[in-house]
Amino acid sequence: MSNPISHAFKKAKKENRPALLTYTVAGDSSKKQSLEILKSISKKVDIIEIGIPHNTPVADGSQIQTSSYRAIKNGIKVNDIFNIVKNFKKFDNNKPIILMGYYNMIFQFGENVFLKNCKISGVNGLIVVDLPWPENKKFANKCKKKSIFFIQLLSPTTTKDRLKMIIKDSHEMIYFISMLSTTGGKLKVSSKEILSNYDKIKKINSKKNVVIGFGITEKTIKSLKKADGLVVGSAICKEITNSIKKRQNPVTNVYNVVNRLRNKIK
Amino acid sequence: MRLKKEIPVIDQGDKLGFWGGKFGGNFVPETLKKPIEDLETLFNKLKKDKKFINERDKYFKNWVGSPTRFIKLENLTKHVGGAQIWSKVVSDANGGAHKIYNATVHCLLAKRSGKKIICGDTGAGYAGKMLSMAAKKFGLKCKIFMGAKDIQRQRPNVRAIKKNGAEVIPVYSGSQTLVDAVSECMRYWVANCDKVAMCVGSTVGPAVFVRICGWSTSQISRELKTQLFDEFGSIPKKLKLYNCVGGGSSSFGFWNEFMDYNKKQCEFIGVEAGGPAKSKKHAAPLTYGSKIGILHGAAQYVNQNTDGQIEETESISAGLDYPGISPLHCFLKDTKRARYTAASDEEALNAYKLVTKFEKLRPSLEPSHAFSVAIKESKRFSKDTVIVVNSCGDAYKDRGIIEKRLGKKYV
Repeated sequence: MSNPISHAFKKAKKENRPALLTYTVAGDSSKKQSLEILKSISKKVDIIEIGIPHNTPVADGSQIQTSSYRAIKNGIKVNDIFNIVKNFKKFDNNKPIILMGYYNMIFQFGENVFLKNCKISGVNGLIVVDLPWPENKKFANKCKKKSIFFIQLLSPTTTKDRLKMIIKDSHEMIYFISMLSTTGGKLKVSSKEILSNYDKIKKINSKKNVVIGFGITEKTIKSLKKADGLVVGSAICKEITNSIKKRQNPVTNVYNVVNRLRNKIK
Repeated sequence: MRLKKEIPVIDQGDKLGFWGGKFGGNFVPETLKKPIEDLETLFNKLKKDKKFINERDKYFKNWVGSPTRFIKLENLTKHVGGAQIWSKVVSDANGGAHKIYNATVHCLLAKRSGKKIICGDTGAGYAGKMLSMAAKKFGLKCKIFMGAKDIQRQRPNVRAIKKNGAEVIPVYSGSQTLVDAVSECMRYWVANCDKVAMCVGSTVGPAVFVRICGWSTSQISRELKTQLFDEFGSIPKKLKLYNCVGGGSSSFGFWNEFMDYNKKQCEFIGVEAGGPAKSKKHAAPLTYGSKIGILHGAAQYVNQNTDGQIEETESISAGLDYPGISPLHCFLKDTKRARYTAASDEEALNAYKLVTKFEKLRPSLEPSHAFSVAIKESKRFSKDTVIVVNSCGDAYKDRGIIEKRLGKKYV
């Protein structure tokens, strides 16, 4: 059985568009509401990324930090996250789910138990922000054995030799960080430059599905259309924060944002 | 797990930067891999380069002011009864604390790498103050990240940082203390690592920062070793080195040159911040048996909940108010080379009262923790035992807290 993540890319390619990936923080603003948000956007999204909130996130900007602190304050635990995934999969079993987080959360849960729970609840891929290559080799192999994609990250600072080695060890999906920034930064380089870096990666191995993330909003998404996939995170987290401030319903507001994003890359 | 002899502890990590196979490492976002590797290459080259070492020593001698004094605390010794109590007055150093060594070396490295801006974190404000001083000295622009709570409680140092022309960036996330300042500084570096050099203010962070800091503060024990020979003709048969431990930079530097001595001859005692006596919160992960976790790029013993969220700490001393601890100290603890214990806020304040009553010395609240344990234990030791306490910071920055807790006459 192949991984639903691969299906999602195939389907988007057939429709001649990039796959749309969204990132929201599990438990933001509550356990119940974060599941509702996922259900509402499911139809418009190809792959769903769920953030495991952590309180010392060294790569996240203020939007995702705010979402994470809010989720933690509202009592989210790692076990709750698996429940959210399980319940979501009951609703839409074919939609691929990727968990994204920091290594300490996995380390404390225990790598093996964590992966076992991923498998049971229906997680299809993992992104671990602070477990770079080659430190991640062992864990990536464990993922592979469970047919869970371990998604390697690449950055504009990744050297050419390193690119080659990481791509060689990567599973079917790779995440390219568009620029030097934490999440939610303003896109400070041209889309041309981002795509030229993207091409370098594709040239090394065209079979890998490469998604671009960081700095992608309603304004910028169209210019990067040519990628295999595009990730929007902070823009959605910001929408949740704004909705709460304005006493509006985050579920409908987030749906509207995602819908507009999707229309821009149709 | 074994501590090797004749190899500097900073160089005892494995290929991936782990001490004892499990402490330290590089748990960093991909973006930082390259700048960290570049810094590692530069540091490994320069630490063997005689010209660079001469340059460092020149600045340490003429600008930082070395050696700092090594003095006997005669009155305190008489009052306590027991071992001889000495102090290495590291607060003599330019700026008033040991943080100047690491800051100077980081600025020298930044100069060599061609970077024009340096950023750094600070808790008590010393790391920030010293980095701003060194940056000014070496013509670098400087940004200091500091928790909003610490800005409130360490105002004298904040003023000094600004006076040196550095920008102070308040951090409002989380507990608004050192842990958040380090996170925010690392985030800033992630976004600007092509132009900016980063200085981590203690022996924490990704492995290379632990090594650079330990290498820099080791100046303290190099001086002390010479001073001990001058005073006693040899290293005393019973020597005990007391130092406070927050991130662990001053203690590591205070002990490094004595690492190969038998611990029966030369014992290391690290004193962590136990927090308020009535509070469950503390900043003493080694004393209270915290589990290994990842914080700021390194595996270490760290205060955290069962899920892996880093826990808030509490201590009267901003410089020790950190939930983690240097991988070097985790290594020294598990190899049993050093012994760790904690002092509460109240015990530190009492020690401050006692030391300032008997001596012309004003240790800041951080070393007051070390004095507290040294004074307590001193009573049971023989007269030929030599206790040395690293007075690694000056109390000027703590005026506000001391006045509030002990009254005006102690300021």
